[in-house]
Amino acid sequence: MKIVITGNHTVSYGAKLSRAEVIAAYPITPQTEVVEKLSSMVADGQLKAKFIKVESEHSAMAACIGASAVGARSFTATSSQGLALMHEMLHWAANARLPVVMANVNRAMGPPWNVWSDQTDSLAQRDTGWLQFYCENNQEVLDTIIQAYKVCERVKLPGMVMLEAFILSHTSEPVEIPPQELVDRYLPAYNPEYKLDIKTPHTFGGLTGPGLYYELRYKIQSAMDEALDVIEDQDREFKKLFGRGYGLIEEYRTKGADRLLIVSGSISSTAKEAIDILRERGEKIGLIRIRVFRPFPKKHIKNAVKNVKRIGVIDRNISFGSEGIFYQEVKSALCNEKDSPAVYGYIAGLGGRDVIIDDFIKIADDIKETKSKQDIRWIGLKG
Amino acid sequence: MKKSNSKKKKLTGQGAKTIEFKNHNDMPLCAVSLTDTLYNKTGSWRSIRPVVQKDKCISCLLCWKFCPEPCISMVDGKPVIDYDYCKGCAICIEVCPKGAIVSEDEKK
Repeated sequence: MKIVITGNHTVSYGAKLSRAEVIAAYPITPQTEVVEKLSSMVADGQLKAKFIKVESEHSAMAACIGASAVGARSFTATSSQGLALMHEMLHWAANARLPVVMANVNRAMGPPWNVWSDQTDSLAQRDTGWLQFYCENNQEVLDTIIQAYKVCERVKLPGMVMLEAFILSHTSEPVEIPPQELVDRYLPAYNPEYKLDIKTPHTFGGLTGPGLYYELRYKIQSAMDEALDVIEDQDREFKKLFGRGYGLIEEYRTKGADRLLIVSGSISSTAKEAIDILRERGEKIGLIRIRVFRPFPKKHIKNAVKNVKRIGVIDRNISFGSEGIFYQEVKSALCNEKDSPAVYGYIAGLGGRDVIIDDFIKIADDIKETKSKQDIRWIGLKG
Repeated sequence: MKKSNSKKKKLTGQGAKTIEFKNHNDMPLCAVSLTDTLYNKTGSWRSIRPVVQKDKCISCLLCWKFCPEPCISMVDGKPVIDYDYCKGCAICIEVCPKGAIVSEDEKK
């Protein structure tokens, strides 16, 4: 059934279809409607789940961790400052190997207060051990939440699904809501090997000395590596059942391209329009959209840029004192390659500043001409 | 993912020994105790021992309620401390209104 809904309500439907059993969330603009809808779904009896009202995002994640530890599928949603407040618990969920899934509405960090789109909030959590998915449209948000549970429960790590403030969260789009039976076929009930159980009491997360801690970290890194394959397998499986698939990265008109733009999130749609215009002019340019940021699909990016001479990476985020975060990762993926292309970094759209088709065309021209390899460029900076 | 062999090694209750892992593949995914929690007798951590003087006890239950572990049970209306798990935090001594629980040095 196709219905017209906002990105926020799409998230709620995603959690409902995934049969989340415990939801603990604290409202924050622009995520509030996710929580509103889920609480009404629980109150109406449409979703058989325990909805826990909490006093902060830190507590929301703590409650999800507890729920997941007893073997319940748990869900939360947050944004920006709320995600930052969860930081300690994000490490805990990953290090305890609990497959909590959450939606994060990408919103700028304050001050100054700004509720608009910016990916710095979630990218600042890149080292917590969570899988990270960046979505382009509402349909992808719904599908990715369902996929995230499947993948996360396989590799035993938590996962974060990103949608951008207002551009997706408050924009209504037609979204195909799959039948529950089909989702149930794809996503079986969660049944972990270890869980808190009064019949066989065990201690979880107890003091572990240097003799074993190191190996436990290695296991998380191995699980992340494994997740690359699991995401692809489960995406193929999903496509068979639902007719839609996304992959780790999306290659758009890359055939024969000697220049590429690399983007993520909702600006990808605008960038694709720019690529169409440039292709009509006969320019050999294509686009890669990075959908999965953790684990970072290094191998896929290496393969996709084999015959490319110049790349522009556009970041709606920044690591102050360094550069755009996708830019860092792309460079790091290519740095030991023979004949690797020149890679240029662009900052755009922070705090919800519009990024328009012309901006991408300017970037495409810039990477053609630019000589300096180092400096990042700010698109549309005043003055 | 390689399934861990930890299930085979699951030990419970008495007779459990320290398990040494030579290979990370044999370890569980997360820091989970492979014995059940009861095996971990935390009483060995104790440096002072709370001792109940039954004649002074008025059966108010405060020690029973405040023991954080909880290892005080009431037998015939009087507190009995489980020294297998009591860590000697002395909260029971602190809350007793009659001074009926006293602290003794733990003999090692």
